[in-house]
Amino acid sequence: MRHGGHLDEVVAPLALEVAGLRKSYGSVTAVNGLDLSVARGQCFGLLGPNGAGKTTTIEICEGLNTADSGTVRVLGRTWDTDAMWLRQRLGIQLQETQLADKLTVQETLSLFRSFYDAGRSIDEVIDLVQLGEKRTARVLGLSGGQKQRLALACALVGDPELLFLDEPTTGLDPQSRRQLWSLVEGLKRDGRTIVLTTHYMDEAERLCDNIAIVDHGQVIALGTPRQLIASLGADNVIRLGLGEPAPTNAPVTVSVDASVSLDELLHLPDVTGGRVVASGYELRVSSVQAVLPSLLRLAESRGIRWTELSTHSATLEDVFVALTGRELREG
Amino acid sequence: MRLASLKQLTMTRFREFIREPEAVFWTFVFPLLLAGGLAIAFRDKAPEQAIVGVVSTAAGDDAAMRVAKALLSAAQGDSAVLRVRRVPADSVEEVLRTGTVALVVVPTSGGGVEYRYDPARDEARAARQQTDDVLQRALGREDVVPSRDVTMRERGSRYIDFFVPGLLAMNIMGSSIWSLAFAIVTQRNKRLLKRLAATPMSRFEYLLSFVLSRLIFLGLEIGVLLGFGSMVLDVPIRGSIGALLVVAFVGAAAFGAIGLLVSSRSRTVEGVSGLTNFVMLPMWIFSGVFFASSNFPAAIQPVVQALPLTALVNGLRAIMLQGVGLGGVLPELAVLGAYLVVSLVVALRIFRWQ
Ligand SMILES: Nc1ncnc2c1ncn2[C@@H]1O[C@H](COP(=O)(O)OP(=O)(O)OP(=O)(O)O)[C@@H](O)[C@H]1O
Ligand SMILES: [Mg+2]
Repeated sequence: MRHGGHLDEVVAPLALEVAGLRKSYGSVTAVNGLDLSVARGQCFGLLGPNGAGKTTTIEICEGLNTADSGTVRVLGRTWDTDAMWLRQRLGIQLQETQLADKLTVQETLSLFRSFYDAGRSIDEVIDLVQLGEKRTARVLGLSGGQKQRLALACALVGDPELLFLDEPTTGLDPQSRRQLWSLVEGLKRDGRTIVLTTHYMDEAERLCDNIAIVDHGQVIALGTPRQLIASLGADNVIRLGLGEPAPTNAPVTVSVDASVSLDELLHLPDVTGGRVVASGYELRVSSVQAVLPSLLRLAESRGIRWTELSTHSATLEDVFVALTGRELREG
Repeated sequence: MRLASLKQLTMTRFREFIREPEAVFWTFVFPLLLAGGLAIAFRDKAPEQAIVGVVSTAAGDDAAMRVAKALLSAAQGDSAVLRVRRVPADSVEEVLRTGTVALVVVPTSGGGVEYRYDPARDEARAARQQTDDVLQRALGREDVVPSRDVTMRERGSRYIDFFVPGLLAMNIMGSSIWSLAFAIVTQRNKRLLKRLAATPMSRFEYLLSFVLSRLIFLGLEIGVLLGFGSMVLDVPIRGSIGALLVVAFVGAAAFGAIGLLVSSRSRTVEGVSGLTNFVMLPMWIFSGVFFASSNFPAAIQPVVQALPLTALVNGLRAIMLQGVGLGGVLPELAVLGAYLVVSLVVALRIFRWQ
């Protein structure tokens, strides 16, 4: 068995270790002093908006791009000294790849399988990604989601110790996303290490043991999904609609004598933070029960009519918003 | 070397090619159309009879009648070299201008003749010569020296014989460079190259698979073109088929490697098209496909002779037309081998995987 290795081969405790990584393209700094460490057997998520530097980081880790400075150790080795050894042990799904249109699913996988010393059989991988029906179909005729699953199959065919998935579910329908999630969960159970990037916080929350939130090429928060959400100091988020767009700086005038500013809201008890959104305010609160009465009282005394009042449990999205003042999908 | 992956890579090339009907068409059918067209244009003409017009004369002019009769009787029979037709006196200029006859004979009073023709036309000058001979002999001239014609036609000396090896070489060059450039640049553009570079695939094997797949198709290409050449066009193959195949294979491998080099950096098909034409155009002109490369001035001969297409054309021609063996084409093989090795090494170094 390849994964057993030599008896005296020391197994590095960390699957991936990145320190002080920097990469610029001309005047654009894509990665700006980024550190990561991923333990074996973990599913690690890089969560961040468009252009945060996720792909650049992951491709440096994959040995497809070079850093300006910083160090990267993968499975305890470096790309300079052990490139082939590493290639045999990594599974890679790039953010965008079009496979050869004229080959069939089966032919594509046979080609990729032939590069690896050891790995899974074609049949096994086809079953894993549920492409059995499309086995002899040409790549050209596959749907977007099927192509994505084939790309994942190509990453799995070498039975990798460490799997890099760059936005594996972008563009998939909800059902395919869930299928892919259970596939990743299966791989986790098999003890594989997975590093994935995503825009979807539900995906990160569900799949990842650890998450690094990345913005402007840096890790701005790191931890388990629970830890990150707990760091907000708020269990819930309340959204207040004022019926017309709120200006970015308070106060908001609703009628001549009825107005409320963000500052006032932030001073209510149990409100830990908040911000102005398109048509009102968003408040992070430690207890909805405690805040609601004061909000209603305030509205009554000022003659304000909330056009919206909704609450949800805090998510990673809220963590990102609290850290950057922007929404994840705004870019 | 992993034979399994080299085989898979080569099979991939093969599949991609045969699943592209247009590429198959241009590789196999186009050269046949070209050769067929040229064969028609340069077909052997049976010695053609010149058409000569005789101006009708007024009744009663005996001397003129004699001339006309002598010409007409010379035009009788199978071996006649002339065909004679009567031309009214007022349409002499018209028939000459439209080329319906090459020459008009105008009997003059007193038994003489006048030849009207355009000396710029070869067949008009030949017709004048023949007509004069026929007429003089018919009217009693004795040849001073007895003469006899022995004609011979050497197989392999026609233009089409010269052209077919050149066409074969040109086709090997074109299909090797084009198919590789197109396939590689498309893969780079789609980031498939980057995906492959992320696997443990041997990069050398990847490049080698292109050269190997070229050799598979080469067998077909040569078979089709040479089969057509020798069966339909009767082009001789004097040397051994084995030697011919060796030269063609080395040539195809060399041009395959050049194709890799040409496509080692470009990101778009448009970009690589320009580069491909830039590389091939000088060879179309200078390498002697359409006419002998020795026609170019001595000053540029070193360059002309160093072109890979010149080596391939010369090698194929020597084997097909002169029956030279492999020993006789060693310099050509050396030139092609050098292009193969140097291009492959450089391509591997500068190749852009993403
Ligand atoms: N080859 C390149 N040349 C120039 N700029 C680049 C290049 N690759 C990335 N960048 C820039 O670096 C920054 C980070 O890009 P990167 O692709 O790593 O972001 P990302 O987090 O993966 O974004 P997305 O979620 O959209 O995939 C962006 O501003 C991008 O424009
Ligand atoms: Mg990306």
